[in-house]
Amino acid sequence: MLNRRSFLQTTACAGTMAALLPGYARNAHAAIDQVQFFVPANPGGGWDQTARSMEQAMKSANLIKGAQVTNVGGAGGAVGLPQFVNQWKGRGNALMVAGMVMVGALITNKSPVKVTQTVPIARLTGEFEVIVVPNESPFKTLKDLMAAFKADPAKVSWAGGSAGGTDHILAGMLAKAAGGEAKKVSYVAYSGGGPALAALLGNQVSCGVSGWGEFSEQVKAGKLRALAISADKRQPGLDVPTIKEAGFDVELYNWRGVFAPPGIKDADKKALIELVTRMRDSAPWQEQLKTREWTDVFLAGDAYGKYLEAEITRIEGILKDLGLA
Amino acid sequence: METLDLLANGFAVALQPMNLLWALVGVTLGTAIGVLPGLGPALTIALLLPITFSVPPTAAFILFAGIYYGAMYGGSTTSILLNTPGESATIVTALEGNKMAKKGRAASALATAAIGSFVAGTIGTLGLTFVAPPLVEFALKFGPADYFSLMVVAFVAVSAVLGSSTLRGLTALSFGILLGLVGIDLQTGQARFTFGLPELLDGINVIVVAVGLFAVGETLYLAARPKTGASVIKLQGRAWMTKEDWQRSWKPWLRGSFLGFPFGALPAGGAEVPTFVSYFLEKKLSKKPEEFGHGAIEGVAGPEAANNASAAGVLVPMLALGLPTSATAAIMLSAFQSYGINPGPLLLQNQPELVWGLIASLYVGNVMLLVLNLPLAGLWAKILTIPAPWLYSGILVFATIGTYGISQSWIDLVLLYLIGGVGYLMRRFDFPTAPAVIGMILGPFAEQEFRRAMTISAGDMTTFVTRPLSLTLLIIAVLLLVVPLLLRLRTRKAR
Repeated sequence: MLNRRSFLQTTACAGTMAALLPGYARNAHAAIDQVQFFVPANPGGGWDQTARSMEQAMKSANLIKGAQVTNVGGAGGAVGLPQFVNQWKGRGNALMVAGMVMVGALITNKSPVKVTQTVPIARLTGEFEVIVVPNESPFKTLKDLMAAFKADPAKVSWAGGSAGGTDHILAGMLAKAAGGEAKKVSYVAYSGGGPALAALLGNQVSCGVSGWGEFSEQVKAGKLRALAISADKRQPGLDVPTIKEAGFDVELYNWRGVFAPPGIKDADKKALIELVTRMRDSAPWQEQLKTREWTDVFLAGDAYGKYLEAEITRIEGILKDLGLA
Repeated sequence: METLDLLANGFAVALQPMNLLWALVGVTLGTAIGVLPGLGPALTIALLLPITFSVPPTAAFILFAGIYYGAMYGGSTTSILLNTPGESATIVTALEGNKMAKKGRAASALATAAIGSFVAGTIGTLGLTFVAPPLVEFALKFGPADYFSLMVVAFVAVSAVLGSSTLRGLTALSFGILLGLVGIDLQTGQARFTFGLPELLDGINVIVVAVGLFAVGETLYLAARPKTGASVIKLQGRAWMTKEDWQRSWKPWLRGSFLGFPFGALPAGGAEVPTFVSYFLEKKLSKKPEEFGHGAIEGVAGPEAANNASAAGVLVPMLALGLPTSATAAIMLSAFQSYGINPGPLLLQNQPELVWGLIASLYVGNVMLLVLNLPLAGLWAKILTIPAPWLYSGILVFATIGTYGISQSWIDLVLLYLIGGVGYLMRRFDFPTAPAVIGMILGPFAEQEFRRAMTISAGDMTTFVTRPLSLTLLIIAVLLLVVPLLLRLRTRKAR
């Protein structure tokens, strides 16, 4: 499989591609002319946009003929997942788009259905988080902020998305890394990045945590000050230290990936991994990543499955520290 | 007058034939989805997001803005005619509007709603054009403590719909607050009152409750009294507003507009609260308060203006700062992102053509909506000449389809009919239904803001009286409660 892929990659010549593709498509994934995307969230959100961008990229790269997107929203994916696991069982051309948020939501909601019941196909994109303070804030560095937190956690209020979500998890990890207690974080939950942003711009809270995309424009315009980002390394063109550089051993990506339903054939699994891998290498997908500012964190197949299990353990641990699991 | 130049450029963009066509498609589609209870502008725009792959940004946003404004117009139509609010912001319109319709004055109610929406939409858009930046500065000063005090004012305003028995009214209000608490608590991530049903984790949709209590409840109530079933509503007078209607409508239009616009601009203001406050205000200011509850035209004109003006207000933080403060604004922002445009404080500088084209198209869309809706008022009103049994079975079908459209979940349908049953009992035993719906919106809102304020102040209750904004709002709330009582005492003494 790998050989064939690298062969295709090196065959940049479009003519050769066209000559090769028809026969190739019939053999390897005859079943995947049509992809059925399952999005366990309402239209418009991150998972939905991922699904629609995938559809667009796969079509433009001539990998599939068509696709269909089904949205079953609610409770961070906890409403949709049981339907995907039960009613979509065995569909060899189905892909569910979900990610870290679902892992957390299933734990806090004590859902009887687990992500591990699905077949992990690939991790696709990641978004790092950022810790910001209002312009007027006395805190210049993450160290300042965490020192104030250690002195009196009640005096440092954190704005972010819903309790138990990615933002809250990062705040808890930071508190722990700074030698404090995750439970002591004075976390002010908002229904999303927008309302939290309003609280920060109005200087109502001490600091804010959210995805970089939610705050980036305000940081660029000088309305908010970014103290640190949760990425593993410095980002090009961005003069903000990582949390590790700022002195705390924390790294976090809000990742999104795709999953197949349980009960599919091995051949289907292979074909799906192949399809997603070829999409990831295609120019249209790379373009989508650029316009939407998504970080490419591609990881496919069994490696992704292992990562998923480690991630569930990690998130469960921090949610316990926060008193939510 | 730099703004005027920019606006003129905006009109040059909005008046291009293709963009006019997009605006027309948008307002027509918006009116249609506004009529259906389940489909709102946020969901419709989200479903249309894939067109951003193939249409230029200006056209897409003109389409989206048209849908947004159109939905505000359309929502009032079903509120008035069928007592079935199409949008949560038009729930209050049903209170007086449907009473007017039952008296055969549907056309007047629809006309005052349409003209009021036009007036308010235009005032709101003017506000968006000229005062957006300072207004945003002010709106950001509102913190959780201030929002909580604002909700206290709103709760006082609820007194206008409590009905003749305060105890019954407060019971209905509490029932609504209880319904509003169902689902995951935002501040702790824990589920409340969900009985282990994953479908309830995100709470109960307010439209399900409003349609259940108003439309289904009333249908069951009528069905239980066969005698009234055969009558047909006679349309009274001309299908147009009388001179008296005009006189009684124009002030509420203006008051509603000036109330709704700043509310919409508040990051957590929303479109529902100003409609309650407007209703309260009009009832207090009316020369004929006894007509309220029996079809007072002021009770349609004011809230309708308020919800349309707030729709323009919501665009203020979005265009001035890139702050998505409503579901629809959030979806529109994600559309910006699929064009690689980052909405933020620099949006106006970086994309003047897009922003001003959008604003200009709002003026255009407003005119289109008026032209589209006014002639239809008389036509729509004829729906009520359908004999009641057919009309009400039609309402049930319509309410059911609309509710299923919200999330394609059968649980919503079960809820609709359960709540409809409760609505029947409430009507049968003389409980007002409006406080339940309002409680459902205000209760959780007030609760979340109260807890946010407490987290920020580390549990110090004095935060509500030490913040100037919050204190001012609390004083207003007290005055609203006490002054009418004092006035009543004085008139009693004078007698």
